[in-house]
Amino acid sequence: MEIKKGIAVSPGVSIGKCLIVDSEDYRIPRREIDSSQRMAEIQRVRNGFRDAIEELTALERAQDEAGGGRIKDIFAVHLRFLRDRSLRRRITDLVHAESVTAEYAVSTVLREIASHFETGVKDAYMRERAADIYDIERRLLRRLLGTKREDILHLTEEVVVVARELSPTQTAGFNRDYVRGIASDAGGRTSHAAIVARSLGIPAVVALEDLTEVVRGGDTVVIDGNRGIAIVNPDDETVRQYEAYSREFVALEHKLDAIREKPGVTRDGVRIKLLGNIEFPDEAEAVLEKGGEGIGLYRTEFLYLNRPTEPVEQEQYEAYAETVRVFQDRRVVIRTFDLGADKYTQSRRAAAEPNPFLGLRSIRFCLQNLTMFKTQLRAILRASVLGQVKVMFPLITNIQELMQAKMILHDVMEDLDEEGIPYNRDIDVGIMIETPSAALTASTLARDADFFSIGTNDLTQYTLAVDRGNELVSTLYSAADPAVLRLMRTVIQDAYKAQIDVSVCGETASEPEYVMLLLGLGVRTLSLTPPMIPEIKQVIRSVTLEECNALARKVLAMNSERQISGYLRNAGRKVLPEAF
Amino acid sequence: MQMGERVLEKLVCETTVEIRNADGLHMRPAMQFVDLAGRFASDITVSNDETHADAKSIMQMTMLAAGRGTRLRIRAEGSDAEEAINALRELVETHLFGEPPPAGKD
Repeated sequence: MEIKKGIAVSPGVSIGKCLIVDSEDYRIPRREIDSSQRMAEIQRVRNGFRDAIEELTALERAQDEAGGGRIKDIFAVHLRFLRDRSLRRRITDLVHAESVTAEYAVSTVLREIASHFETGVKDAYMRERAADIYDIERRLLRRLLGTKREDILHLTEEVVVVARELSPTQTAGFNRDYVRGIASDAGGRTSHAAIVARSLGIPAVVALEDLTEVVRGGDTVVIDGNRGIAIVNPDDETVRQYEAYSREFVALEHKLDAIREKPGVTRDGVRIKLLGNIEFPDEAEAVLEKGGEGIGLYRTEFLYLNRPTEPVEQEQYEAYAETVRVFQDRRVVIRTFDLGADKYTQSRRAAAEPNPFLGLRSIRFCLQNLTMFKTQLRAILRASVLGQVKVMFPLITNIQELMQAKMILHDVMEDLDEEGIPYNRDIDVGIMIETPSAALTASTLARDADFFSIGTNDLTQYTLAVDRGNELVSTLYSAADPAVLRLMRTVIQDAYKAQIDVSVCGETASEPEYVMLLLGLGVRTLSLTPPMIPEIKQVIRSVTLEECNALARKVLAMNSERQISGYLRNAGRKVLPEAF
Repeated sequence: MQMGERVLEKLVCETTVEIRNADGLHMRPAMQFVDLAGRFASDITVSNDETHADAKSIMQMTMLAAGRGTRLRIRAEGSDAEEAINALRELVETHLFGEPPPAGKD
């Protein structure tokens, strides 16, 4: 069994035999032709375009009948390219000038254009359009090389599709009755695999890095589009859990639609605020759709990842402003860059550390790269006038770090004052509690923080000294460990004493079995992955705070992780059987 | 000079527009732009600071990679230059390519 973590881009869960889709990456060698052959070769280019246009027109028409708006648009754009005379001329000119084959000219010119998008363009959305150009290249080459299209059109059984990256043509050819999910090594939230998976309503996880290298065709793969993981060859227990989960997911989601508009309130009337964790600005809408009341964790690393240059202030401002405007007067908690460890910036990508998770990461990284840090704080402060923005520092381990970060924030405020740029002077400044040191000194930190947000993933990893990505020890990783729970209780109690807000934004907040416990520990704000909001709300609406308090008391008296997690699951099953 | 005379007979029209829809001139807006430009007889070019593009070529238009906030100069030359300019400006700035404007109020 191998668990791979990626980015969840389309919700749902599926499990099935995997079909590895070839990337169809033809590499065309440069072949020269006799100059007397050039006119014939140019005619081949024209025929290739003509055939490709014909093929695409038929596909477009088929999509028309199937009502595939998004996909039809993609084909319409490709058709414009194939009909673009200046594109064709560039190719025929190359055949003419260098006496090369039609295949080589097509491939060369289209790859030049694609690389223009990949390397010369700042905008992530535009950059991913290189996939469109590769798709056009492949279509032309298939005609020129006479390769028959097989891909995924002739499926006879259910599969989950695994690929390095998927082209629009490949995804549009999917038969929805058979393709149950998508997982890819590359890609982001705006890649075709993501867009198409969402429009088809099948789960998808992207950015799994080397999934295609660890999986073989026919392996069983679980695609969990809610948590953003893919599991290769899961063990029997995992298969059983996921089969049950996947069967019930659809039915449950349907049922949960109904509670979207209802408040998150326990049966005995205690109001629980449900916020969303997001990674990209365009997820803000998804949070609203799922009934989220704001953003409890806006991860900002996306600004740095998958791009050739570092993001300037204005770009950052626009990304924050976009989200803040969606939520208007509801809170948006922007977490400053959590870079380092496994996520690097452009200039530091190569600097390897022997022990990165104990190294220069997160707030430490920011405090040593002040220009970068100040640029981000400026952008956040500028966006703070547009709504209810809060700023949050990650991985604080001691009071000095917090004071230093706040001092820099004040420096930036003074700069803005001097320049007459408006911002919210009373912006709330909070911290993430994700190390044992922060948890144990929470009472001190609470004096200088406006709120706490408990990041259970890192808190668990650092408390138990377990890397959950490491298969050899990952079974030791559990937020239900008594050590983790006692730290959480300390943090929550200290926050109460200092009368500051405390929320949980780690994955435990998205897991139904932990919800009662968190409520019982005193948490009233949860921030979770958007697709899970309705389900967690349903759990909240099915319990009373009294039950939760009793459960927490019981659990805190237990001494083993196994006993606790078993107890939590049983309790959960009683309140909302379909969620477990 | 013959070229010069021909230019004089023709109408030349220019304007500068700003891309205001959220995702910029990505594929679908580029397609609308090219389709609209193609309806006019005039030669139409679009340029940012660095590059000129033929407004009737989707390849050239998308390669401008004009994101939100980019200013583009549109120049039309021909009998229907003025209509062309007006129609294109309206598509970009008034209709925002039929896309919703960026959320919230500016």
